[in-house]
Amino acid sequence: MTAISPPRGSGPLARREARLAWSMLLPTISIVSLVVLLPLLAVFWISVKPVTLSDLRPPAPIVREDLRGRPATAGDEADIRYRLRNSSQSKEIRDVVLSDVLPDGLDVRTLDPRCQLDGRQLTCRLGTWQGGFRDELRIPVTVGASYLDGGDVEASPPVIDGDAENVLTNLTFTTANFASIFDGGEFWTAFVITLVYTVAGTVGAMVLGLFAALLLNKSFRGQGVLRGLYLFPYVAPVIAVAFTWVILLDPFSGSINTLLVRMGVTAETINFFGQKPLALIMVIVFEAWRYFPLSFLFILARLQSIDSDMYEAADMDGASPFQKFWYLSLPQLMGILSVLFLLRFIWTFNKFDDIFLLTGGNAGTRTLTVDVYEQAFAVSNIGAGAAVAVVVFLCLVVFSALFFRFVSREEGL
Amino acid sequence: MKALRSGYFTGAVLGAIWSIIAAWTMAVAVSLSAGSPAVPVATGCLAVGVVSGLGAAFQLRPIIVIALAVMAAFAAVVIGIGPLAAVEGGGSSIVVSASSLVLAVAIAGPVVAFMTGLPGGAMTRHEVEAAIIRFLTGFGYLFFTAIVVIPFYVMVMTSLKSQQELLLNPLDFTVDLSKGWDLFRGYGELFTRYRFGTYMWTSFYVSVVTVLVTLLFSVPGAYAVARLRFRGRKAFSRGILLIYMVPMIVLALPIYIAFSVTGLRNSIPGLLLIYPVTTIPVALYMLQGYFRGLPAEVEEAGLMDGLNRLQVIAKITLPLSLPALASVSLYVFMIAWNEFLLAFMLLDDPAIFTLTRAVTSLNSSEVPRQYLMAGAVVATVPIMVLFLGLEKFMTKGLTAGSVKG
Repeated sequence: MTAISPPRGSGPLARREARLAWSMLLPTISIVSLVVLLPLLAVFWISVKPVTLSDLRPPAPIVREDLRGRPATAGDEADIRYRLRNSSQSKEIRDVVLSDVLPDGLDVRTLDPRCQLDGRQLTCRLGTWQGGFRDELRIPVTVGASYLDGGDVEASPPVIDGDAENVLTNLTFTTANFASIFDGGEFWTAFVITLVYTVAGTVGAMVLGLFAALLLNKSFRGQGVLRGLYLFPYVAPVIAVAFTWVILLDPFSGSINTLLVRMGVTAETINFFGQKPLALIMVIVFEAWRYFPLSFLFILARLQSIDSDMYEAADMDGASPFQKFWYLSLPQLMGILSVLFLLRFIWTFNKFDDIFLLTGGNAGTRTLTVDVYEQAFAVSNIGAGAAVAVVVFLCLVVFSALFFRFVSREEGL
Repeated sequence: MKALRSGYFTGAVLGAIWSIIAAWTMAVAVSLSAGSPAVPVATGCLAVGVVSGLGAAFQLRPIIVIALAVMAAFAAVVIGIGPLAAVEGGGSSIVVSASSLVLAVAIAGPVVAFMTGLPGGAMTRHEVEAAIIRFLTGFGYLFFTAIVVIPFYVMVMTSLKSQQELLLNPLDFTVDLSKGWDLFRGYGELFTRYRFGTYMWTSFYVSVVTVLVTLLFSVPGAYAVARLRFRGRKAFSRGILLIYMVPMIVLALPIYIAFSVTGLRNSIPGLLLIYPVTTIPVALYMLQGYFRGLPAEVEEAGLMDGLNRLQVIAKITLPLSLPALASVSLYVFMIAWNEFLLAFMLLDDPAIFTLTRAVTSLNSSEVPRQYLMAGAVVATVPIMVLFLGLEKFMTKGLTAGSVKG
């Protein structure tokens, strides 16, 4: 007799359900891996390769063809000329092969030793070209009548091919990128600036958001309007608001500076985005200004779901308004505040647009993300940019691990 | 401590602090709207503030308190310590004097409101805190409204001013209506010379296609994660969130290289390949949260009645989740419309710029700032119209999707 036990393993229905689930997820998984995971691997790959911006175009052989001499009648002599060039000044190209179809009516008199003629198909093995290589290949021909009747030597474009070392795909690796970014204090400066920016920007946005949420946590006429208005900084495109701030705070003709000077607050105009500690402070202020709406929405949603019974009980016990905030609202909000802090921390850490548009990373505001761009495009050292990107990504992995540790309990993810 | 809880003291202090805040706000408002700078004078402000605070503490009728404050301000103006003073070489003193009196009302009115219902003499802790909270509330409304409104006000007004007017007096934001249609010259230039009409259209269809593609991919994905049981479900939903947090700048580099090599750079299809991928994870995350909240019983009833899963999704789940779909679509539209980094890196050809990329190209010293700000307005207005028109959905989308920055 067999013992009765619950069914083990998955039944056919469960398997069918799982199959359906995976087939529904497949499109997402494939496109996400194509555009996210593949580039991520590529970043790691590039970060250990000596790639610069100019390497994106690998060296290639280049050929131009024309007919020299002015054949007028059948039997005249002329040269087919191939002008050859290596597009790269420094890198060699191996096994260059030129092939072309000669037009009718051109009869080859002597053939270059490197070339073979098979019917009208010309094939030349040109060997290895050094960087900056230039040459001419001439093939003397006798022009026949059929060519003079509208033949064109350029009608069939020559095909040229060769093997060139592509830095992106070969197997030379280097640690120079990481060495160069960690060399000198620059990286650590950027790292510290990023942390200051991230922490201060996040806290600023959250404090403003908490304040705004407390303001709007009661219903009155116009509450909806104000709520909509307070979301403006976040909803507007970043370019619009960033440029507005830049113009508003311009040291020569910005309204704020004019106002401050005319009111006698300062004697001289202040270069808000061009001075060392001030630029960082302004960028943080911008961050807090632009993202307070987000914290405000979050906190307001939580505030409105707090049970009012507790406040009534507190009233009975004689708690004052500040005590109610401190001992009731704040502990209730702690969960959402910590989630918000971690999320905003990660997002501010990743932020690129804002600083790039406001200061371009100058005046002591170069964060890691801006550094990626600067290394890759301003210094055109893509390898170094990728190395910084790898560091940014590793930081992110650490933060996300923290996030899931703390937040999954809160959100039930 | 007890002595400090006197209504007279609280009233005077709140009145004094409020008077300074109100005076600075007023000064900035007068400067920015009339173009004639004014500065607050501490003595005058404090006098008006303390008068209104004490008046309120003495339980005078509000109208009398306001009248007292206005009289105090008038006296101060006459003596020359007026709450507001014109700055040398700028602004008419009449405007400033008039605004001094308005300021008096702006000080006294709120102060009376802070102190309503409070006794003049000894107050309890509750009463003091209530007064302080009312004060903070008033300050909060003023503060947030100012910081939000001023940049947008300056943005719109700058777009209506010529370069010369701007350099002549950067404070003067008054609109010269006599110029008529010439006021909108910046916009005219943008749409004729700078082809902003094309860019707007590009931005629009790029955003719409992004929304459609995103929904196409994320609806089945979200449904599978929310409803179907399969091994690795939890890992998948976490993985999505994790991918969502990968900074774009990290991906932008290899994407730039790959697109340069394959020739997808500088093309709209290239952009359309990337944009949905940046939004699919968040859309999936938002939608699966919503799908989970739908009652499973309705769908099971559908299954019992002989529909298969796909029919259940099409006939039951999607119609029920239209509001969520609207929120997600709006949110994704907003992300795509506002996107800057990828457009900036991948597009060089002025023929296919998106709006954000085009506005960036106006940021040069050769282009008048009027045009730059007009461009900013053009980029902002459509998204604002959408936002204000569909605020309910948008707010929901922002809250649900705000794992994104």
